[in-house]
Amino acid sequence: MTAQSYAECSARERLALLLDPGSFHEWLPPQERLMSPHLAQLGVPCAFDDGVAIGRATLDGRTVFVAAQEGAFMGGGVGEVHGAKLTGLLRRARRDRPAAVLLLLDSGGVRLHEANAGLIAVSEVMRAVLDARDAGVPVIGLIGAANGCFGGMGIVARCLDRVVMSDVGRLAMSGPEVIEASHGVEEFDARDRALVWRTTGGKHRWLTGDCDALVEDEVAAFRRAAIDAMTALPAARPVTPESLEAEHALLAARLALLDEPVDGDDAAALWRRLGVEDAARVPDLDVADVLPLRALAR
Amino acid sequence: MTPMPPGLETLDFRFAGTRAVPSFAPVLVGVVGSGNLEVMLEPGDGADCAVRVQTSARGFAPIWQAVLDDFHRRHGLAGVRVSINDMGATPAVVSLRLDQAVQELRP
Repeated sequence: MTAQSYAECSARERLALLLDPGSFHEWLPPQERLMSPHLAQLGVPCAFDDGVAIGRATLDGRTVFVAAQEGAFMGGGVGEVHGAKLTGLLRRARRDRPAAVLLLLDSGGVRLHEANAGLIAVSEVMRAVLDARDAGVPVIGLIGAANGCFGGMGIVARCLDRVVMSDVGRLAMSGPEVIEASHGVEEFDARDRALVWRTTGGKHRWLTGDCDALVEDEVAAFRRAAIDAMTALPAARPVTPESLEAEHALLAARLALLDEPVDGDDAAALWRRLGVEDAARVPDLDVADVLPLRALAR
Repeated sequence: MTPMPPGLETLDFRFAGTRAVPSFAPVLVGVVGSGNLEVMLEPGDGADCAVRVQTSARGFAPIWQAVLDDFHRRHGLAGVRVSINDMGATPAVVSLRLDQAVQELRP
C-alpha cells in the first residue's frame, strides 16, 4: 500500500489522519452555520465552516489546538469569519496553554471578496500568533497542501515558531500569478511549474532556512514532523528584539549573496551561493538527499 | 425569457420518509469548490426528509427535483435534515455526494 499523500487530502481528512485517531473535537462545527456574511451578497455559495475547521485534539497523547484550512473552498482564502476562527483558536490557546497549536495551512491569502474585513482578519491572526508565542505556546505550521501558503498567510507562516514543509508545499508572499501580472511574463512565467517550485517550493525554503523541517508528501511524515517540532519546543521561541535582529541579519546576508549579477537560473544561483555545489541537480533530488545540503548552506 | 436576478438560488424540498434513522451525529461531506458541493445531514423534526439547497447555478430546480427524487427512492430517510451548498456540481456528483453522506451516518 502506498503512503497517504498529504497534498491530496481534504482539510478534514488531514485532521482525521494526522492527529491521534478520533481525538479531534471541533469548535464551531458546520452545524452551527457560522458562515461568511459577505459571500451570499455577491452570489457566491458559502461553506458551513467558512473553509476552516478548528478544535482541540491530542497528538502523541498531548493536547494540541489545531486548525485546518480547506483550499478547495475559495482557495483557502481568509475571510472575516475564517480569520476570526483562527484568531479565536489562538487566543484560547493563550488562555488554556495546550502543548502546541498546529496550523494546517492551505491558502492563497486574504479572500479578496471580503476586502478590508479579510485584510483586518489576517492582521488579527498575526497578532494572535505573536500573543500565543508570547504566552509560551508554540505555534507550528504545516505546509504541503495544494494551494500552498501565500499572501497574508505566507506572512503568518513566517510569524510561527516552526514551519514543516513537504517538497510539493509552497510558501511565499506574492503568488506566481500575482508576480506575472504585476511584473510581466518575462520576469516570472506563472505557468512554468518548475520555476514556481524552484522559487517557492519546500526544497527552496529548506535550503534558504525559511522552513524548519522538510518531509515527503505523506500524512505520516507530517505527523512525525509535528510531533518532533512539539517535542523540540517545550515552550515557544521568544520573539525579542534580539531574535528579530538576528533574523534581519540572516535576511540581509542572503540578499547580499545576490549583489553580484546572476547568470541563468536565479534559484539555482542562490543555492550555489548558499554553498550547494551541485545546485542544478536539486530539483531532481529526493527529499532525503536534499536534507544534508542545508548543512552546507547554513 | 424572464431575466433572472443575480445571486444565489435557494430551493426547498420535502419528502415523506419511510426509513427512520437512529439518532446520529451531524455529517458533512464534500467541499464547496467549482463543480462540487457540500452535503450536511442533521437530525430533523418529524418523519420527513427536508432538503435545502443553496446554489450559484440558478434555474435548475427541475433537475434538483429529479436528482432528489432518485435519492429519496434509494434511501427514504425519515427525520433527517439535508443542507446543501452547491457550486455548480453535475447531477452525478450530487448523487454521489448524497450517497457518501448517508454512508457516513453513524449513531
